[in-house]
Amino acid sequence: MSTNESYKGYKGAALDTLKQFEALVWSDVVISTEKAEFTGIILPRSEAADPNHVVIKLRTGYNIGIEASKISNINIEGRKEAHYKIPEKAFPVDPKKPRVKLFGTGGTIASRLDYRTGAVIPAFSPGELYGSVPELADFCNLETEKLYGVFSENMGTEQWAGTANAIGAEIERGVKGIVIGHGTDTMHHTAAILSFMVQNSPVPIVMVGSQRSSDRPSSDAALNLMHSVKAAAESDIAEVTVCMFGPTSDSYGLLHQGTRVRKMHSSYRSTFRTIGDFPIAMVDRTKITPLRDDYRKRRTDKNVIINTAFEEKVAIVYYYPNMQPDIIDSLIDNGYKGIVIAGTGLGHVNKPLYPALKRAHEKGIHVYMTVQTLWGYVQMYVYDTGRDMMELGVIPSANMLPEVAYMKLCWALGQSNDPEIVRNIMLTPIANETTEREPSNGYLILQGGIPEVEEFISKYRK
Amino acid sequence: MKDFEFKPFEEMTPEDYATVGFKSGLEVHQQLLTEKKLFCHCPAGQYSDVYHAEILRHMRPTLSELGEYDGTALMEFKTKKDIIYRINRKNVCTYEMDDTPPFLINEQALDIAIEIGMMMDANIVDEMHIARKQYLDGSIPTGFQRTAIVSVGGSLPYKDRTINLIQMSIEEDSCREVSDIGHRRVYLADRLGMPLVETVTAPEMKTPVEVAEVCEIVRRVCRSTSHVRTGMGAGREDVNVSVDGGTRIEIKGVPKIKSIPLLTYNEAMRQWNLLKLREELKNRGITPETFEAKIDDVTRFVNKTHYKPVFDAIAEGKVVKCVTLKGFKDLLKWQTQTDTYFSREISDRVRVIACLTTQPNIIHSDSHEVTLSTSEGQKIRKFVGANTEDTLVIVWGSEMDATTAANEIVIRAKEATVGIPSETRQALWDGTNGFERILPGANRMYPDTDLPPKKITEERLARLTAALPEKYWIRENWYKELNVPVDLIKDLSTSIFGNIFKIAVSEMGISPKLASTVLIQFPKRLKKMRLNVDILTEDIFHNIFSAYKNNKLSKDGILYLLVRICKSGEYKEDYLSPLATEQDLKNKVKEKIFRFENKKLYNDDNKKVLMIGMVMRDLRGRINGKQVAEYINNNIN
Ligand SMILES: [Zn+2]
Repeated sequence: MSTNESYKGYKGAALDTLKQFEALVWSDVVISTEKAEFTGIILPRSEAADPNHVVIKLRTGYNIGIEASKISNINIEGRKEAHYKIPEKAFPVDPKKPRVKLFGTGGTIASRLDYRTGAVIPAFSPGELYGSVPELADFCNLETEKLYGVFSENMGTEQWAGTANAIGAEIERGVKGIVIGHGTDTMHHTAAILSFMVQNSPVPIVMVGSQRSSDRPSSDAALNLMHSVKAAAESDIAEVTVCMFGPTSDSYGLLHQGTRVRKMHSSYRSTFRTIGDFPIAMVDRTKITPLRDDYRKRRTDKNVIINTAFEEKVAIVYYYPNMQPDIIDSLIDNGYKGIVIAGTGLGHVNKPLYPALKRAHEKGIHVYMTVQTLWGYVQMYVYDTGRDMMELGVIPSANMLPEVAYMKLCWALGQSNDPEIVRNIMLTPIANETTEREPSNGYLILQGGIPEVEEFISKYRK
Repeated sequence: MKDFEFKPFEEMTPEDYATVGFKSGLEVHQQLLTEKKLFCHCPAGQYSDVYHAEILRHMRPTLSELGEYDGTALMEFKTKKDIIYRINRKNVCTYEMDDTPPFLINEQALDIAIEIGMMMDANIVDEMHIARKQYLDGSIPTGFQRTAIVSVGGSLPYKDRTINLIQMSIEEDSCREVSDIGHRRVYLADRLGMPLVETVTAPEMKTPVEVAEVCEIVRRVCRSTSHVRTGMGAGREDVNVSVDGGTRIEIKGVPKIKSIPLLTYNEAMRQWNLLKLREELKNRGITPETFEAKIDDVTRFVNKTHYKPVFDAIAEGKVVKCVTLKGFKDLLKWQTQTDTYFSREISDRVRVIACLTTQPNIIHSDSHEVTLSTSEGQKIRKFVGANTEDTLVIVWGSEMDATTAANEIVIRAKEATVGIPSETRQALWDGTNGFERILPGANRMYPDTDLPPKKITEERLARLTAALPEKYWIRENWYKELNVPVDLIKDLSTSIFGNIFKIAVSEMGISPKLASTVLIQFPKRLKKMRLNVDILTEDIFHNIFSAYKNNKLSKDGILYLLVRICKSGEYKEDYLSPLATEQDLKNKVKEKIFRFENKKLYNDDNKKVLMIGMVMRDLRGRINGKQVAEYINNNIN
């Protein structure tokens, strides 16, 4: 065993002390200080923690840190290494049940703790999943494949294209539904790009994650997994969707269209919301209840279209008052090919930016306008400023969400650099990324405190 | 096993407890007096049954740090409960509902915890690691309690010995249970997340009375910091009990110290009698290896029964299961606690694990109560192939619940051949206890990945040491030496005003009797007058004592002044009226004599008493009664 592993995470004074007494991590010890004796197991130390303390797990199960400089002796009585393993059971196969494929990209849908960093590490296989969520076998015959092991903020071109191709291959093999485990932070980005890269899918493609990692009893992971697997196995919704908690209660999940969904709270379970429309369906452990009927239906053919084109030199510019034009200039100078602006109100930026936008246009950079209000359409005809900007080549993108417009522009520019072609791709909806009309309940943010809202909340579980 | 029969509670002697090897330790919970909760910024101590919203959750077991599912975890999962949280937006935020990560620990709470650790001569840890202690009963929505060891070791003086402490931790309080019926448990979340400390003593108490006395000591140490909450539910304790050959059993949530002796007595008796039951089973040749039981569905034999609970169940489409316990004849009426029998152990399990909460939830053939008819019983006995040496236990419920229940009955009966199952038990009002859940092990502790370790600095320790009040037993001894009135010593020794008492007596020369009366007894009297005594501070008392010392205030005027302060909410110098002079007194008496001149009193002897009263009323706070009485007695005839 290398020193690194033997004294996992320790450095400085604490490392010296452990070495002095040859007390490796996982040793069962009695540590003496001037004042007291502590009996327990030496644990690895988080690498981010200071170099002055030795961590032991007391017999009562609690951990404490003992200052290394106070340690006068460490008496080693044995060794007890943790073997952290999710109980693995073979996933049962029932020929009557549909075959569902679960792709793993990382995230916390199934996970365990890492001592050193205190981080949550993904762990998954059909056996492990069956060991921790045996209910999955009620819905399907599950196969799993770990595509990537990255945190969601590290998802990029390679992973998106790879996932799209993997989906294509599975559909070719005749799978009845696809579930993609994903970290929640950028799940809506991935959902958007997959909506473009994978078109005309004959089967449901359901993205799922968890807001509370499965190392905690109140985790939403198990229920989200059940909902998503049920949706993939049984629903007739052949769209790219995100399946996450509807309310914060352990009650039902919502299937959100991949291009209309957004993470709206940094930590809530019910963080994903459909913007500018309403979700496609509700799903619980016993039933799937469609809320719309305009979704693409499941088919038996395998005629999926996979197009993984992607241009990386695209940026989102989130406009704010007093923004300096050099922000745009630096994108031009750095060779960017596309810019999505999240403008204020109906899609505005200030006048000092105009020369920079004009220059961008002249350099052949494709500039699209979205709204930072998230809800609502870009409308650049209402005010002169809007008309001015259109003359500068800024193209309004209706009610496409900024992140979705970004993903779509990357994808469009991966296919062509011709302004007309790109414009045509951008403004022709593929998966409801722009819609012709916003239903009257497409914008609903209940305002807490108001009597009728409070009455509603008191009647229905949040 | 020793030949000993438990006597009635009052007749048990310390020697009897020594015979059975009684051993008990305590986990004393004490809420801390902070403004806010431990890991969020909600106000602490705002209780209300009013709620604005409900949240539904289920708890699933997870893997422990050392890699295995915990026993309790699996049990709770078997019970498949809907957990409902009632939340009031004033005292609960998204943190408690596990929808927002924890904020950094409440420093005020940590200070108080360290202070309590210091008062117990414990070693404060160098670096605190926040852990997650799993609770799958739903009492905490995250499924775990955030908790951290603040101090290790320490001791408390008790009689002629010391009681050692194992550790003290700071942790979040849990929800208050509203109801638990069938598959639905309801909690109020107002108390959730309030800071408390848990002090764990070594199992060194040898009789039930000792347990209560030591608990009182821990409680008083906490109170002597004057930084803890008091009142209903602010202090609760878990009591661990074992006897020789028994198992450490935890009785949870004992609300009153005075109920400890009877509870621990009953638990010791339960363990002792369960060990005897094991012996009896062994004598009958029933061991874990030879134990035999079977489960049958007997619904069809009782579908016309007159026994109402079973009749109603069948009418609702439920099923009836019969568990045959081979060779168990009469053992379900084996006494375990006062007026409590082995059948209760089984019934409790059925209630908790199978969620069959309506009583009765089982009937059995060892009982003489009228339940099923004799012919129904005979039909069942014949069908399941039982003989007269066997005990039949009948349970009813939905297919799923009845099956869980029947399995659990077998599990519990088999455990009788092993001894005393590790459980946590709940204190009941009559001094007995009932099954709550399987005792969780150290395996349910996980490191909290949401919060970094917290170093407790030398500066912090120095600051807290400097402000530490004296230990209450040292204070008590000093008060005794000073001849402080006996009935005030106990309260004074844990009072927030210990310091001002010391100053008043040692530096200002106030008599200990007066100082203690003013600091302890007067506030109690004011409270009875429904005045707000919370505004009384050390400073106010300092002012009062120095006014008294400088003859600006009479002894009798102190209470009157305190009333004015409490009523107005502040202390003002001009509340001090100048002391009455000899001349003031003379004038006042003259004025009163005039009023008496034209009146006829039935009893002339009362005249002086009446006059003293009238003069005192007018000169209140400015003169001592004694002086008035002397003057009137000497000058009026
Ligand atoms: Zn809160």
